[in-house]
Amino acid sequence: MSKAYAHPTPALRDPAWPGRAAATMLALLLLWPLGVATEFRPWSLLDARSLAVSARFLADFFPPKLSPDFLALVLRASWRTVAIATAGVSLALGAAIPMALCATRALSISRLAGRMAPLPAALRQGVRALLIVLRSVPELIWALVFVRVVGLGATAGVLAIALTYTGMLGKVYVEVLENQDAEPTQTLLRNGCGRLQAFAYALLPQAAAELGAYTVYRWECALRSSVVLGFVGAGGLGQLLDASMKMFDGAEVCTMLAVFVLLVGLADAASAALRRMLQ
Amino acid sequence: MTQARDLPQRNTPWLWRCAACWLLLALSCLVGMSFWSLDLQWAPLFSADAAHSMGRFLAEFFPPDLGWGFLAQVGRASLETLAMSALGTALAAAAGLLLALPAASLGQRFANGYRTPARLLLNALRAIPELVWASLLLIAAGLGPFAGTLALAIHTTGVLGRLFAMAMENCPDGPAFALRVQGVGSLRVCLYATLPQVLPQLISYTLYRWENNIRAAAVLGVVGAGGLGQLLSFHMGLFHMHKTATLLGAMLLLVALVDFCSDRIRRALS
Repeated sequence: MSKAYAHPTPALRDPAWPGRAAATMLALLLLWPLGVATEFRPWSLLDARSLAVSARFLADFFPPKLSPDFLALVLRASWRTVAIATAGVSLALGAAIPMALCATRALSISRLAGRMAPLPAALRQGVRALLIVLRSVPELIWALVFVRVVGLGATAGVLAIALTYTGMLGKVYVEVLENQDAEPTQTLLRNGCGRLQAFAYALLPQAAAELGAYTVYRWECALRSSVVLGFVGAGGLGQLLDASMKMFDGAEVCTMLAVFVLLVGLADAASAALRRMLQ
Repeated sequence: MTQARDLPQRNTPWLWRCAACWLLLALSCLVGMSFWSLDLQWAPLFSADAAHSMGRFLAEFFPPDLGWGFLAQVGRASLETLAMSALGTALAAAAGLLLALPAASLGQRFANGYRTPARLLLNALRAIPELVWASLLLIAAGLGPFAGTLALAIHTTGVLGRLFAMAMENCPDGPAFALRVQGVGSLRVCLYATLPQVLPQLISYTLYRWENNIRAAAVLGVVGAGGLGQLLSFHMGLFHMHKTATLLGAMLLLVALVDFCSDRIRRALS
């Protein structure tokens, strides 16, 4: 009986293997020139000299430097990092909100009657283009430029974050506002409400949670980039980290990396909690 | 009974509003303290003679240096940046997939000992930005694009690994269950049931990270990790403003190009 129902043993072979093998080969073939272009030589990591240097640096990591005055220094630098991110994002918010209100098609009055009038359409395209340009220059480049103009220090970092994040926040705000249900806004506008009234009573109540959540998430990102900005002289934890790394001081680097991971973890948790409250 | 149900409803808005007040207060405190504690110098930005020097500074960028020799150099650096971002992302996709398998709670076999360590590792890789990884790796890998590629790969592994693990956990487990009941091992369940289901999503995540990485690769050079950024920080340090302008233009162009390509690929896939 069992014989009658038994299937013949299927070939234990992947039916799709020729395709998969071909795709893998093709991928490797495509990766080869990339490897050449980036001087990708993993074995150079195992070179005796470089191994000795990295081993000494890594051995320095333990024990981490925990002297009180150094810890105080690190804490002060961490606060500066948080402050740079917060100040930058709040400046960005101040610029991004009016720009988003300018650029969003959801608040167009002329569009109610069909096509948008040419002048408002041009204005909206212009603001949108400005936001895209602000966004596509990395904050590190802005920081390099501002360090030349205002000198080393937190000002360059705050300005760099403010400019890049104006672009990021503004562009997403525009999209979020346009993705909401247009009906309530248009009803208010048709009945003679001003744009700001229509925004405050129809658009904002729908979009507030999403806008808030995105802003909080961006603040968390700004915290990470404000550390990076320290590397070009914008103050905070990054600048301290850069200095210790240049002196190959493994113990200091270890402490700061730990503090940094902790800081990012805290920001992550705070932003997750805030977002949960908003939803 | 309706009253009993009404009570919490009537209370919640008040409670919520109060919580919102406290939240707002705390946030404005944070913002206020931030501005107060940073010694921000607005004077060099907003004074008449600052506007003048700012204008001169901006004017120095024009015209961009478009000599053939320099353009060729910029082209090479752009290719290097492109290669760094692509290879870094590819390596990260592979490593992220490997780490995502234990990090996702698929079946009981993986879930035992590996899940928490894998997640901790992914979080640590993700928490440290590319630029910090790059300057750490410069010690081991030396100046040049190799350190930058590795830095991109390490940070992106953390990001992609987490996203991949989430995608795998969220995919419907019917096919996987069907195979597991037949006595197929976890590796092959993963290869033939889970992976084919989530593959489009994984590819889309990887492309999205590629867009991010081209931006990161462009600036990694600032710490000496090759590509456009290295040229940029070199010429900016020497105040070659015409060349800096060309480099900034090349950077914007490269980012726009990658955005366009990745958008096309994504549209073709979906």
